[in-house]
Amino acid sequence: MTMLKTPPVRATRQTLSQIFGWPLVIGVLSTIGLVAALVGDGVWDGVSWLALLLPILLYALFLLRPRR
Amino acid sequence: MISGTRPLRRWHWVHKWSSIICTVFMLMLCITGLPLIFHHEIDHLLHEEVDPSVVPPGTPKANLDQAVANAMAKFPGQVPHFLIFDRDEPNALLISIGPTIKSSPVDNRFARVDTHTGAFLDSPDVTGRFTYIMLKLHTDMFAGLPGKLFLGLMGILFCVAVISGIVVYAPSMRKLRFGAYRKDRPRIVRRLDVHNLAGILLVMWTLVVGFTGVINTWADLVLKAWQYGQLAEMTAQYKGREIPAKLTPVEEAVRVAQQAIPHMQPAFVSYPGTLFTSNSHYAVFMRGDTPVTSRLLKPALIDAETGKLTDSRDMPWYVSTLFLSQPLHFGDYGGMPLKIIWAILDIITIVILWTGLYLWLRRRKPAASAARASASPQRIEGQAVTS
Repeated sequence: MTMLKTPPVRATRQTLSQIFGWPLVIGVLSTIGLVAALVGDGVWDGVSWLALLLPILLYALFLLRPRR
Repeated sequence: MISGTRPLRRWHWVHKWSSIICTVFMLMLCITGLPLIFHHEIDHLLHEEVDPSVVPPGTPKANLDQAVANAMAKFPGQVPHFLIFDRDEPNALLISIGPTIKSSPVDNRFARVDTHTGAFLDSPDVTGRFTYIMLKLHTDMFAGLPGKLFLGLMGILFCVAVISGIVVYAPSMRKLRFGAYRKDRPRIVRRLDVHNLAGILLVMWTLVVGFTGVINTWADLVLKAWQYGQLAEMTAQYKGREIPAKLTPVEEAVRVAQQAIPHMQPAFVSYPGTLFTSNSHYAVFMRGDTPVTSRLLKPALIDAETGKLTDSRDMPWYVSTLFLSQPLHFGDYGGMPLKIIWAILDIITIVILWTGLYLWLRRRKPAASAARASASPQRIEGQAVTS
């Protein structure tokens, strides 16, 4: 993932779609995760766990990754 | 400077004030909500319960009237209000008991009986329990309906804070990569990064859990609307009648309801004269067996004199909305892994609230923050710090 390797501060300003691209993807996946376990059991629960685990993992990843 | 434009300044104002007003209450709600995610497990751990007998599948169930009679023998002079068939504990039947049939069920005692033998198990006093105190703090802060509606208002402000937070996230991130955490910068910058990162990652979850929580605070109003709406319609020709002197056996009422709606199971029975029915009917609330349909209860009204089904309808949209908002708030619809995920997301929400509070408090001490800002090699980016 390129976004993990580039420095956090960019010289140029980002467009709105650059700023909200990833948040949008995560928002859609979270919504799928919230609904999936309501729809059914078994596989649906699994989809729900994975989708809602994603923001938690990203949070940990961004805060804990080593300094460049 | 983009952040100086008028609409954005307004969004900052909205984010700041909606947050300031709700944050203390939201912190309380997140902290009390955390143990509530695991209330079953905690109750099990902290309190002795008489276990129902373990039976092979297919064992016939005890006669309901006998089971109720066994429980009521322990509560002389009192009456059953509700029977609850707990989804999570199918081997025990819960009976909600009040001093009179018209007394408020808020102070009811619960008796547990064995579903298969009908034997009385126990009648725990839940009001002193840790989970009960957490629940009361979480739902109404021991202040009844006004407390509930007040927390609902705080929930609405929280949703406003989340949405305005999305807007002010943009100028704050103009020059930053997604997920940026500037760990070599002063504490106020690091807190801002954590606040932005956690806030944007959890947007959907906080919005859904926040708003379904708001809907739950309207439960009493939804019940009233249903009583005066659909329930009144369904029982119109019975209006003004007294509770029959002799009731049809409750076993019979449940059997009739189950025959009428064969693909559903009884979830809840409301005795004639109680909150969820008329003076003349048993209301047997049925549930389906998928995660969604098990929440959407469907009432069957059984005439308590004749034992005949008089009406059964799907609940109106506002009741269904309340029913569906419950699992989405509690996180109890995807097994233990989902509960654990719910708990972690709740803790990260506490981090969002805490960092937000920190950023606001720090900015109120201009001398200190100015010193810090000038001490750092770069100006602190983002309106969120400077406003």
